[in-house]
Amino acid sequence: MAKGIRDKVAILGMGCSKFGERWESGAEELMLEAFKEALADAGVDKKQLQAAWFSTAIDEVHVGKSGIPLSMTLRLDNIPVTHVENMCASGTEAFRGAVYAVASGAVDFALALGVEKLKDTGYGGLPGGRGAPLQQLWNANGTAPGNFAQLASAYQAAHGVGYDDIKKAIGHVSWKSHQNGAKNAKAHLQKAVEMDTILNAPMIAAPLGLFDCCGVSDGAAAAIVTTPEIAKSLGRHDVISVKALQLSVSNGSESGFNSWDGSYFHTTRIASKKAYEEAGIKNPREEVSMFEVHDCFSVTELVTMEDLHISETGKGWKDVLDGFYDADGKIPCQIDGGLKCFGHPIGASGLRMLYEMYLQLQGKAGPRQLKDPRIGMTHNLGGSPRENVASVSIIGRLDA
Amino acid sequence: MVGIVAYGAYVPRLRLQRQAVYDANKWFAPNLRGQAKGERSMANWDEDSVTMAVEAARDCLGEVDAKSLRNLHFASTTLPFKDRQNAGVIAAALTVEQGLMASDVAGSQKAGTSALIASLRSADSGPSMVVASDKRLTRVASAAELQYGDAAAAFLCGTDKVIAKLVATHSVSMDFIDHFRGDESDFDYGWEERWIRDEGYLKIVPPAVKAALAAANLKGADIAHFIMASLMPAVPKQMAKMSGIAETAVRDALSDRLGDTGTAHPLVMLAHTLETAKAGERIMVLGFGQGLDVIILEATGELAKLPKRMGVSGWLARRKAETNYLKFLAFNEMLPIDKGMRAEFDKKTALSILWRKRDMIYGLVGGKCRVCGTVQFPKSQVCVNPNCHAVDSQDDYRMSGLEASVMSFTADSLTYSPDPPAWYGMITFPEGGRFMADFTDCDKEQVKVGAKMRMTFRIRDNDQMRGGFKRYFWKATPV
Repeated sequence: MAKGIRDKVAILGMGCSKFGERWESGAEELMLEAFKEALADAGVDKKQLQAAWFSTAIDEVHVGKSGIPLSMTLRLDNIPVTHVENMCASGTEAFRGAVYAVASGAVDFALALGVEKLKDTGYGGLPGGRGAPLQQLWNANGTAPGNFAQLASAYQAAHGVGYDDIKKAIGHVSWKSHQNGAKNAKAHLQKAVEMDTILNAPMIAAPLGLFDCCGVSDGAAAAIVTTPEIAKSLGRHDVISVKALQLSVSNGSESGFNSWDGSYFHTTRIASKKAYEEAGIKNPREEVSMFEVHDCFSVTELVTMEDLHISETGKGWKDVLDGFYDADGKIPCQIDGGLKCFGHPIGASGLRMLYEMYLQLQGKAGPRQLKDPRIGMTHNLGGSPRENVASVSIIGRLDA
Repeated sequence: MVGIVAYGAYVPRLRLQRQAVYDANKWFAPNLRGQAKGERSMANWDEDSVTMAVEAARDCLGEVDAKSLRNLHFASTTLPFKDRQNAGVIAAALTVEQGLMASDVAGSQKAGTSALIASLRSADSGPSMVVASDKRLTRVASAAELQYGDAAAAFLCGTDKVIAKLVATHSVSMDFIDHFRGDESDFDYGWEERWIRDEGYLKIVPPAVKAALAAANLKGADIAHFIMASLMPAVPKQMAKMSGIAETAVRDALSDRLGDTGTAHPLVMLAHTLETAKAGERIMVLGFGQGLDVIILEATGELAKLPKRMGVSGWLARRKAETNYLKFLAFNEMLPIDKGMRAEFDKKTALSILWRKRDMIYGLVGGKCRVCGTVQFPKSQVCVNPNCHAVDSQDDYRMSGLEASVMSFTADSLTYSPDPPAWYGMITFPEGGRFMADFTDCDKEQVKVGAKMRMTFRIRDNDQMRGGFKRYFWKATPV
């Protein structure tokens, strides 16, 4: 019987580039920026790395396919490098590869690095993609905001929530991230924004306005992992260990079978439940100290907090408005500004979220440091509400 | 007895207000003032003569199984494809392939009536359908811009339960060029009206009508409905008078509400006539264009028994006034509008996939699982029902005629659409099955969770990098 990943692997070092419109940098510069910090933090030599996982998601022209771009950029020591892509969960996927490699005993030190250089596409938002050749013949001609916006109409219908209430609740989600992002020097958007500005912004895809959409950013993040024993032997006293890594991928039931009502993420519900089991968490609302969730759009975060079994189904919008997830609330969510303000370089995002949890757990998060967090949870979502990849990671202090 | 057994029509929802056209163009063409009255039908950006023809064919067929069709004649002078059978696209949308002789009939304004004659003549060999549809481009500030309209009409011809039996036909073919459209132009070029009237209509129409009446052993007075499309309103009356046909028999050309719909127009007027014709009434249909077709039909008692359909009146009643002339120009690619970066997608179509999935894409055919009964779209090898997942268990299931309802929706201002914002959402079919569908012909007030939608065959993309390969698929539109 599999025992799961809990406490088998430690994070030895992490790094994250400044996110934003990095006009002066290419993907390579961003990769090295994140890697240098991670390597220094881990306190190991590059030559000690025995395997690497490299994640990008969109438009491979920015780095090209395969593991070669990572190996060449960092001048790795001809170690195995695997390129992974699983939409917005790509960064977490790279982390999973590295963690599993260490947990298997195959290697002592593994690297996970994710990057995305979106601002070289020429688009204000995400560049479009029409999917596979068959999908191009029939799937609605939509965008990410358009697909996610539909959560709102379905959520309203499922729970009898009025337009003004949902608009205010999702507005609060964005307001909160802007408040938090203002305290993060690495965030793309570092400005607090008034609620009125958020509510009255131009519509992108109804009911999502401009401020309901996350930042389209350049950035990279990296993690070096090893075993807790090795971490301790290297003099680490505050070992941060992996408690759970779960992934759930749609099999088409949401998009093809008439049981899903469009108001929630089927996969997130499954992945989070399994993650709590793997991590030994009985009551997440009491035990999880903080969240970084996939707030690609404000409404995504709102329903995600229900799918992670924190807010009661249909009541998440009230928790949001009550400030439950604010920086000074019961369980802060997106304390670093989230995708909304830290930014969303697709292939790096999962690792960026872990980076914040990692800093917080060590008490190194500076002006946004939370008081004594013990367990941090991250969540990524790739695709659309009807067809997606959901990943959930839980990390914490080894003794937590 | 050979004749028409069913009719159908289609008129796009948008009606361009002629006053709006005139207001925009009067600085240049003040002479059009007299025509700045009423409205003309205006195809949406995702409509062309093929999509309109599919809608008219569906209206005509009703519950009749399209698979029974043996002949399909598609008449138009605005065929989307020069070399690719346009009638074949219509047949694919109706999911009929086997045993079907499909053909495109083109090249003249009388293509519609010629195709109807061909269809009636082939009805002996099995159910035969004629569809006529036109969406003609017009030059800015031209009279044609105000006069033309977009529409389609369809007739099913056969020998059983005939609603209008064929009495006689007579045709003449002569190269009288009142207007033409050369291979190098998108627009018609016309000659002087007086010459067309005096040397054309006056000399070609009465003798042909006389010959047709003689063949039918009828007199002009026996004609209860006289159908003639002409851009000159006085001409049909004049022709009727010269042929001994009562002025009251001259049918309304629907100029004020619809405009002249080209090749389709005589057939549109015939469909309109059949909505109210009484048993025993004789109907004469004229098709003018490098000669003349004359068709004489007689309504039968079966007409009153025909199940209800939208028909010309039904579609005319489904209307939305359009006062934005720039939108009309943009929809017709007559305005070099800045479409933005998101319009730059390569729309190359994998023809091999389209062939493999033609039932799915053109026919909106999904699957129904024999094991659990779940209807699904697309049809797949492994059943989508999480409690089933049976393999290779699905039979074809047509979804195009089913009513769906909206589960979730949005109005997307980010994606490229020729008519922003782009409305789309998840639609669910009560029998089972769902998919994320583009919406068309919809307004904000109409789109709500639970709103009822019907499926309509539309243009999805136009691949301008490869000379205009139209990609067709089904969209949802409010019932």
